[in-house]
Amino acid sequence: MDINHIAKLARLGLSEKEKEKLEKELPSILKFVDKLNEVKADKIDPTTQVTGLENVVRKDKARVKSKQETEKLLKLVPNIKDRHVKVKAIL
Amino acid sequence: MELNKLTIKQAHKGLKNKDFSAIELTESVLNKVKSQNNSIHAYLTITEELALSQAKITDKKIANKEEIGSLAGIPLAVKDLILVEGIKTTAGSKILENYIAPYDATIIKKLKKSDAVVIGKTNLDEFGMGASGENSGYIPTKNPHDLERVPGGSSSGSAAAVADNQCIYSLGTDTGGSIRLPASFCGVVGLKPTYGRVSRYGLIAFASSLDTIGPIAKTAEDIEIIFDAIKGKDEFDSTSLARKEENNINKIDIKELKIGVPKEYFVEGINPQVEKTVRNAISNYEKAGAKIVEVNLPHTEYALACYYIIMPAEASSNLARYDGIKYGLSIEDNSLLEGYLKTRRQGFGSEVRRRIMLGTYVLSAGYYDAYYLKAQKVRTLIKKDFDKVFEKVDVLMTPTSPTTAFKLGEKTNNPVSMYLTDIYTVSVSLAGLPAISIPCGEVDSLPVGLQIIGRQFDDEKIIKIAQKL
Repeated sequence: MDINHIAKLARLGLSEKEKEKLEKELPSILKFVDKLNEVKADKIDPTTQVTGLENVVRKDKARVKSKQETEKLLKLVPNIKDRHVKVKAIL
Repeated sequence: MELNKLTIKQAHKGLKNKDFSAIELTESVLNKVKSQNNSIHAYLTITEELALSQAKITDKKIANKEEIGSLAGIPLAVKDLILVEGIKTTAGSKILENYIAPYDATIIKKLKKSDAVVIGKTNLDEFGMGASGENSGYIPTKNPHDLERVPGGSSSGSAAAVADNQCIYSLGTDTGGSIRLPASFCGVVGLKPTYGRVSRYGLIAFASSLDTIGPIAKTAEDIEIIFDAIKGKDEFDSTSLARKEENNINKIDIKELKIGVPKEYFVEGINPQVEKTVRNAISNYEKAGAKIVEVNLPHTEYALACYYIIMPAEASSNLARYDGIKYGLSIEDNSLLEGYLKTRRQGFGSEVRRRIMLGTYVLSAGYYDAYYLKAQKVRTLIKKDFDKVFEKVDVLMTPTSPTTAFKLGEKTNNPVSMYLTDIYTVSVSLAGLPAISIPCGEVDSLPVGLQIIGRQFDDEKIIKIAQKL
């Protein structure tokens, strides 16, 4: 397994020591889940939802938030400028 | 009288009879919490001010001779994965160390309407990821029956708090066994409801096709009261739903009951004393007139492997939101990407990182079909096993865990052996069924739990059956 590639996909910073540890642990967990290879399931439908609900929709209308609600959310933002969430430039 | 030791039913009666006030009851619980938290570590946050203000509401109603509900004035503990407005909610993770919940979860809203009293937020395995309570980002919870042993996880604090009378009841969450296992290890009653019967709005997401919220209490009678208060469809959770026919079951006739005992749950690996205790509990139902039938759930041996693909896959996707931008820990660096990497490296504990890596791998290009899709297909087979046996029997009875509580540190170095702890609980989660764990005896002074599994939506029925033990 290419630990660096997976860590990059997961946007997860890992120390060299942790990479070494995961390089041992993950294959042992995969070996354990490989047990599923014993099961023939080609013609079985996958289960994504257990209670049979399908396409639950609501009206395409935003819920109006009160100023208090908005303030509470903004208070949690680590880096803020003029009530806008501030991030590093990506271009 | 030690008020903190009361059940919901007893406390309610005492409040109504004016034997004591809601403030006295709350103070008695708070005192116990304060004296014990440094040894058990059941709580991450104690909400004394909130609790006392809520208790006053009930005392006022009683003074005004108003009717009070069955949960009014009664102190509860809330797993720190569930939002309580204005209170710190950490998910047991350093990444949310300073996160103040901006709103109430639907179930908290419901309980506040019932004049419930929130004592505090309980310790847990980070984001619910663990079977022992040792993966808390802060400090491991101890088992009140033996401080050298784990309380079980991930609702470690919620179960330990009930067992140690540091609350009257609590809320936990169960994704693969996280209510049932600690209830079993701590000798209390815990219900994992049918998937969707309790709203998840305001629950910090872990594995969304499996996550449920449920009660932990001292008796099955109390479980019924709490479940009645928190269940129901919620417009803010599109996966929530009500029971099809809302006919409440008032009586269960044990003589009419057919109990299935799955062979696969009594195989090698189970502690023989645990098996004996559980079989003894099942035979009590038989003595009361129930019919016991041995049944087969042939795909049981694949459940754990199936779970350890689906759960990390969903978790890796859900936990992508912790990027240090909108809330939570934020470590700035030269670029946006460097900031993500450092925030997530510092904020997540090692088990969480392990599961994110595993989940990302099984969802990645080239591996999706072999792992994730395959697991979803096996999930169908596991569910069908249950459908088939429930044509013949009304409920299933099994041990909740193959062993009693193990020692702290015993399994921390071997993830696979820790994962095996969930062996009797994950199938139920994959099939979305309700199950309750109820204490049925002790082995070497440590509690053993009996798991009663019902058909989908038969939550009320298994609660009633548990009351007959």
